[in-house]
Amino acid sequence: MLGLNKKDMTLLIVVTILTLSAPFILNPFPTDSAMAQFNAGYPDLMQRFAIFGIFAIGFNLLFGLTGYLSFGHAAFLGVGSYSVVWMYKLLDYNVIWGLPLAIVTSGIFALLIGFVSMRRSGIYFSILTLAFAQMSFNLAYSVLTPITNGETGLQVYNNDPQVLMGANEASSPHLFGLVMNSSAKVGVGAWEFTFNNGYYFCGVIAILVFYLSIRIFRSPFGMMLRAIKSNQTRMAYTGLNPRPYTLAAFVISGMYAGLAGGLLASMDPLAGAERMQWTASGEVVLMTILGGAGTLMGPVLGAGFIKYFENIFSKINDTVLHNWFAFLPDGLEDFVVFLIHPFIGKGWHLTLGILFMLVVTFLPGGLVEGGQRIAAMIKRTKEDEDTPAKTEPAE
Amino acid sequence: MSKTNMTRRGVLKTGAVAGAGVALPTIFTASSAAAYTNEPTGGSVTLGFNVPQTGPYADEGMDELRAQELAVEHLNGGGDGGMMNTFSSKALKGNGILGKKVEFVTGDTQTKSDAARASAKSMIEKDGAIMINGGSSSGVAIAVQGLCQDAGVIFMAGLTHSNDTTGKDKKANGFRHFFNGYMSGAALAPVLASAYGKDRNAYHLTADYTWGWTQQESIAAATEAMGWNTVNNVLTPLASTDFSSYIAPVLNSGADVLVLNHYGGNMVNSLTNAIQFGLRDKVVNGKNFEIVVPLYSELMAAGAGENVQGVIGSMNWNWQLQDEGSKAFVKSFGEKYGRPPSNSAHTCYVQTMLYADACERAGTFNPCGVAEALEGFEFDGMGNGPTLYRADDHQCFKDVLVMKGKDNPSNEYDTLEILEVTPRAQVEYAPDHPMFAGGDLGSCNAG
Repeated sequence: MLGLNKKDMTLLIVVTILTLSAPFILNPFPTDSAMAQFNAGYPDLMQRFAIFGIFAIGFNLLFGLTGYLSFGHAAFLGVGSYSVVWMYKLLDYNVIWGLPLAIVTSGIFALLIGFVSMRRSGIYFSILTLAFAQMSFNLAYSVLTPITNGETGLQVYNNDPQVLMGANEASSPHLFGLVMNSSAKVGVGAWEFTFNNGYYFCGVIAILVFYLSIRIFRSPFGMMLRAIKSNQTRMAYTGLNPRPYTLAAFVISGMYAGLAGGLLASMDPLAGAERMQWTASGEVVLMTILGGAGTLMGPVLGAGFIKYFENIFSKINDTVLHNWFAFLPDGLEDFVVFLIHPFIGKGWHLTLGILFMLVVTFLPGGLVEGGQRIAAMIKRTKEDEDTPAKTEPAE
Repeated sequence: MSKTNMTRRGVLKTGAVAGAGVALPTIFTASSAAAYTNEPTGGSVTLGFNVPQTGPYADEGMDELRAQELAVEHLNGGGDGGMMNTFSSKALKGNGILGKKVEFVTGDTQTKSDAARASAKSMIEKDGAIMINGGSSSGVAIAVQGLCQDAGVIFMAGLTHSNDTTGKDKKANGFRHFFNGYMSGAALAPVLASAYGKDRNAYHLTADYTWGWTQQESIAAATEAMGWNTVNNVLTPLASTDFSSYIAPVLNSGADVLVLNHYGGNMVNSLTNAIQFGLRDKVVNGKNFEIVVPLYSELMAAGAGENVQGVIGSMNWNWQLQDEGSKAFVKSFGEKYGRPPSNSAHTCYVQTMLYADACERAGTFNPCGVAEALEGFEFDGMGNGPTLYRADDHQCFKDVLVMKGKDNPSNEYDTLEILEVTPRAQVEYAPDHPMFAGGDLGSCNAG
């Protein structure tokens, strides 16, 4: 169906179900319980899961398939955001104008940067893309202030032209009247679930681009990219010029990043220069590697994992800790809080770093490999139970 | 022809599913009845404290957090009550706000607009925060103020000194107690003229964002009005940590005053670089070379150590003030944390108190009611003398302190001395002053 084999179709269906039911899955704890701290089912974070999922899927098309490690993808993210906010300022708050423009401008940007950077491979390619991204960041930060509004970030002011703005039009991003930041809240017993328009908008787009990425993975073009990854020189000797393929992959991946940036601005009408900083480029590399580079699901898992830590762990503070451990005797309570303190709040980077190291050391294939190992283990124990007396013939 | 197998169970199941489907929309309508965003319904109300815990302003952020926790303690009737006892409005009773216990959530702005907005959004969407307080760095404060306006909650700005916060970027849901670049310029210029003379050439190093730009503009305008000449203005990125490459050209520029429009970690580094280059020992145009830091803070002074000796700057408030409000605040802060509060801590504490008081006086948490209670509010006893929250731009007007780095500090907190308390009348300006023009408050948004 849809040009996919049975296995991919199953994966797509699972992803679709997970995406659409995220408001339930991410809110497993009742609202008033102490564990509610770990709930992730609020609109902003769910939107980020979907958006950074798109970003990582796009990055994986380049890194996972061709092996080219770009350290400059945040530049496209920023370009996408600026495009969308400019459309808000000039036309109106309908995201339908900005998003295609975000994809087009980031595509052009990727073509320019890619054309130069793709002349080299390996570490030189990484450094070139990093240099371009830092250049874009510094330009956005200072020289191009009239276009980007510098460090304050580009935002919409009351005196902007907004020529298409209707009298009754919503004053925040929307799609033909479907306002992104409005949501419906449903209380079921002690639980409360939030269904947000913006999240479902991002979610549907994420499913579409996920489908597109499966098709690219399975296409002859995808096969060609894998061939480039395995041995580029051999490709060249057989008479094929690999550069157009890698450049195409770079541009597609840049367009994914532009779309993600555009969606960020569609959820929250502001574009900041720090979105283009090298740390943001590094983040998407971490997401992909953490989840599993070259796999379909990996980057999405990695994106979710990192965003969860950034938003949930950074908000746990000492007061929260004291509440958790209130049952312990006073001295012991203080000691436990003292032990955990470096890993929460502003220390979330530390926790994430340790987890990243553990994953890279013990699961080189990322979280996906972890899942596969668990699945294999379950399978093995099952088989053991089924055929307890089976013996292997000696070789 | 299709074959249907109807069973009793099948019919019951289908009926139950269909019934649930029909009933679903009623749940939607039932829960969207709140009058405004995050209306507190239980026995408690949640405030959001969004401060930098990492990045160049992290020190200020941690001190703000201490003050905010202290304010919550006082609001809930704990501790000695601090400035609640000296505050001219007596609406607060120490039983929370409107009888609801005050709880709070914290977040890290990372001194980045994006991260600050994400953190504020999670407070509003997930934790049900009804007010956001904090935001060192004006870029962050402006970004979060815009977010709060859209979301329909009140934003009580913390340490933000840019003219734009209550100028070009002012919002109906946003309020600022801290002073601004214009006030610093108006307070500093006369003191600088009397200390260093009216014939001076100033070289500006400016942090490259909204706060730096507007402060530089304000200081340049105020000093030029007294006869100073501005030789050059160089913009430096906020993320810089080494300023030597910016300091070297100062030596050959013919300037005899260096104005550092830097704050937090930036200022500590740039001042240290300037001292290392021996600027303070130079004699240019027959005059001693001087350094001015328009916006001072005790945390920066502590960070820069003996380098601040003799350097002049301005402040919103200082723990050495001897009025009843300041003394009460310094006492309870000192008893809890063993150190005097900084002026960023003070402004966050006062903002939290002012918000709580406005809720009590308005009798509601509705942002529009609270905003009305704050607009044009005159109060005293919060450490700054008689203060007005101006309705036109939601800016507080009060006395400004001109400070000087102490020559012989007696301990690590005793680094600055008060040179002059500039009266409120001298730093006031019209709401449509050119440096603040172009903004529009809009109307209050209750979500």
